Amino acid sequence: MPKDNGIGASSKRREDVRFLTGKGKYTDDINIYGQTYAYFVRSQVAHGTIKGIDSTAAEAMPGVVKVFTGADFEGIGGIPCGWQVTDRNGEVMQEPAHPVLAQGKVRHVGDPIAVVVAESLQEARDAAEAVDVDIDELPAVVDMKAALAAGSTKVHDDLTSNLCYDWTLGGEKADVDAAFENAHHVTTLDLVNNRLVANPMEPRVAIGKYDAADEDYTLYTTSQNPHVIRLLMGAFVLGIPEHKLRVVAPDVGGGFGTKIFHYAEEAFCTFAAKAVGRPVKWTADRSEAFISDAHGRDHVTKIELALDENGMFVALRTDTMANMGAYLSTFAPSVPTWLHGTLMAGTYKTPHVSVNVRAVFTNTVPVDAYRGAGRPEATYQLERVIDKAAREIGIDPITIRRQNFIKADEFPYATPVAVEYDTGDYDATMNKLIEIADIAGFAGRKAESEAKGKRRGLGINCYIEACGIAPSNLVGQLGARAGLYESATVRVTATGSIAVMTGSHSHGQGHETTFPQVVADMLGIDESMIDIVHGDTSKVPMGMGTYGSRSLAVGGSAIVKATEKIIAKAKKIAAHLLEAGEADIELADGQFTVAGTDKSVAWGDVTLAAYVPHNYPLEDIEPGLEETAFYDPNNFTYPAGAYACEVEVDEATGKVTVERFAAADDFGNVINPMIVEGQVHGGIGQGIGQALLEHAVYDSDGQLLSGSYMDYAMPRASDVPSYVVDHSCQTPCTHNPLGVKGCGEAGAIGSPPAVVNAVVDALADLGVTHIDMPLSPNRVWSAIQAAK
Amino acid sequence: MSKIHVTTQVNGDAVEFLCEPDETLLDVLRDRLNLTGAKEGCGTGDCGACSVTLNGRLVASCLVLGAEVAGSAIETVEGVGTADALHPIQQHLLDHAALQCGICTPGIIVAAKALLVQNPDPSEGEVRYWLAGNLCRCTGYDKIIRAVLSAAAEMRGENA
Ligand code: FES
Ligand code: FES
Repeated sequence: MPKDNGIGASSKRREDVRFLTGKGKYTDDINIYGQTYAYFVRSQVAHGTIKGIDSTAAEAMPGVVKVFTGADFEGIGGIPCGWQVTDRNGEVMQEPAHPVLAQGKVRHVGDPIAVVVAESLQEARDAAEAVDVDIDELPAVVDMKAALAAGSTKVHDDLTSNLCYDWTLGGEKADVDAAFENAHHVTTLDLVNNRLVANPMEPRVAIGKYDAADEDYTLYTTSQNPHVIRLLMGAFVLGIPEHKLRVVAPDVGGGFGTKIFHYAEEAFCTFAAKAVGRPVKWTADRSEAFISDAHGRDHVTKIELALDENGMFVALRTDTMANMGAYLSTFAPSVPTWLHGTLMAGTYKTPHVSVNVRAVFTNTVPVDAYRGAGRPEATYQLERVIDKAAREIGIDPITIRRQNFIKADEFPYATPVAVEYDTGDYDATMNKLIEIADIAGFAGRKAESEAKGKRRGLGINCYIEACGIAPSNLVGQLGARAGLYESATVRVTATGSIAVMTGSHSHGQGHETTFPQVVADMLGIDESMIDIVHGDTSKVPMGMGTYGSRSLAVGGSAIVKATEKIIAKAKKIAAHLLEAGEADIELADGQFTVAGTDKSVAWGDVTLAAYVPHNYPLEDIEPGLEETAFYDPNNFTYPAGAYACEVEVDEATGKVTVERFAAADDFGNVINPMIVEGQVHGGIGQGIGQALLEHAVYDSDGQLLSGSYMDYAMPRASDVPSYVVDHSCQTPCTHNPLGVKGCGEAGAIGSPPAVVNAVVDALADLGVTHIDMPLSPNRVWSAIQAAK
Repeated sequence: MSKIHVTTQVNGDAVEFLCEPDETLLDVLRDRLNLTGAKEGCGTGDCGACSVTLNGRLVASCLVLGAEVAGSAIETVEGVGTADALHPIQQHLLDHAALQCGICTPGIIVAAKALLVQNPDPSEGEVRYWLAGNLCRCTGYDKIIRAVLSAAAEMRGENA
């Protein structure tokens, strides 16, 4: 029977009542008495030299409080990058300065030049038009190949070239090359992982506030990790000690990675609040979000797979150019390297794998992590080239994958690309997929489609990802400039109710529901006695935030550790109350019992004694019941799964319709199945968006052509099918106390290759072997025509 | 420019406000009437986060001027149900966990309610096409569609 409380229960989301009734409190819903409004003057050209900025006319306009330019930020730190990659020769990457407001040059459309702070948004906007910026336009560097060509215009004059780093991972080149030389068959594919805009439905907002009496700052911001913002902005940009800087991320309307990063607008509003002596609020409008939120993906790759005569993989070689945009966003360098190269082995036993990545500066918006971050790019290449190879050598796409799988009894498995998978069972998820996707019924459905004059295709994909990013000592060696632990404090009150302070942040993931399930399960009390506190650095002392599907695996584990400490102390108190030995005390269903007797005290009696210690072992332990724990894992977690997509293609128009979609995932143990299902659904929706619709397109002058919802096609309810998802295959993670692996990114990683494989399958007999995403009607139709 | 004085009705209550001639209904609701349930996701009529009904008609409040709504009846998410008395659409969204970050949810509720007033027994396709005006980046839509269909069934007196 399904549980109705604790781990494994589909508890209803407690955060939902406030959202359903319009009572959510998002950053833009916050207004502070006396606040002013900031409006950013942004570059309209992709590359240019600032000859001068004249703000005199703007300053004289009604309601204007102050106009800021780069000159106000001279001597103030730039926006830092949180990850330093070391290249193939042992040299550190080229790292350009990233000023809060442009200093001397603009490097992408949207680069902030000046800011008007005024009494109202309207007045700020009007005055911004009167700021006279004199720019000498320079040639824009947009295409990555051109950016790397000798003699290219440089995005940063003080760097030697537009190459950020040239990085490599995997086997010795000679070994890999030899394996290719001797291979029976080599399949090659050139492909593009299309540039995307994350587009959380809530645009970014920042409100800065300075309290002159306390000499401290508060920043309200739409962030996935307020503590990281406190660290980066406090230490590297504005020089504010952590105890003088409070960062609050209240309800946040979706993140998907793009709200991890520290942005110039946050630093600006915090800085300006002191400068003008009043709170400063900035709210992005959607078109501003398109040119100031970090974008995602944008890889161009050549991948080669070598096989033997039986279709066994013998070697894999990839060469990727990864767009960094004009500046290095917070985690940008890590995405094409450690989050991408390390996953190139996939779920397979390929003995030789070699990955090469060149990261490139261009005059475009910075590119950084977007849902999946590097892992979707890895999976897409690998699963496309496998599909192509299977077709070339005439093996069924399921068989070729299965015969190359790492088998369930071969874990832990060290890949040739630096990671060790702790556990998994890829045959199990494949078997489950075959069942839930009704692969056996495909032929019949194909015949039905054909009877309607449509082509039908089936696409299979297997993914693996590395989640729960950590451990700190390892990521430190790989270039991370921060620790990636998580912290939790469990504060029990006299009445037995509990506040759990977590450094993880919930912006849709449902932590307010799932984290209490964990604690309730451990203590045997009802979930409703437990509340989660998050998103405010003044309430939660330390944290690293939510990204890379790490909240439960890392943040949840910290909560487990803190709760274990609570239980240990509570047992001491109970032993005293029961006049028994501590070792004899058992905790079950909220009762402390002396083993083998009916003597017991309730949870509430123990918590009361902790705070009213009239009968208490004061000589042994302190009063109170509050514990903090930090958890730093010793490996990544490795969720994996098998996905199937069925599409119909209209040959006359090129229109693709996703008819069926099934996902069989192994997330290890699952705390709340209903929430996990929703996470997978959302990821699949975004993945179908990437595969069929979404594309951030720049013209050769560096203008973003798809900068609004008129031009950037977001998936809508009518574009996607219902999903069949299953997570009953569970190989628990072996190294965290909950045995969980993370589920937030799986859907976005697993779905694009499944969709593209399905479309190519539908068109294969015409001779179509590949189409780059997004598979718009135009691209599909053109591919059909070209193949004919 | 001088402000315009507007008297109208929101969620059944008579309200009056002063607004700029170019101020949107969305800004009036959020900034002057403190009804922050409607959200701005785009400001261009493309996302539905700002959905309200104006005299029973579903509109994007970012495309309506505050000055236009004198003498109208407006309903926002705050008028659909309360924490103690959720509307069936709200209850079914909750039961299905059909929301994640929640920012699109008020608009979805208002739009779905407008659909069910017009068409109490919609097909899945009709729900999908009606709600195609409401972007949700979190859920992949499946649970929203299920929730609206089951709310419709309950409102018709089925599966009570
Ligand atoms: S804000 Fe009105 S439709 Fe998007
Ligand atoms: S729940 Fe986040 S956009 Fe819909």
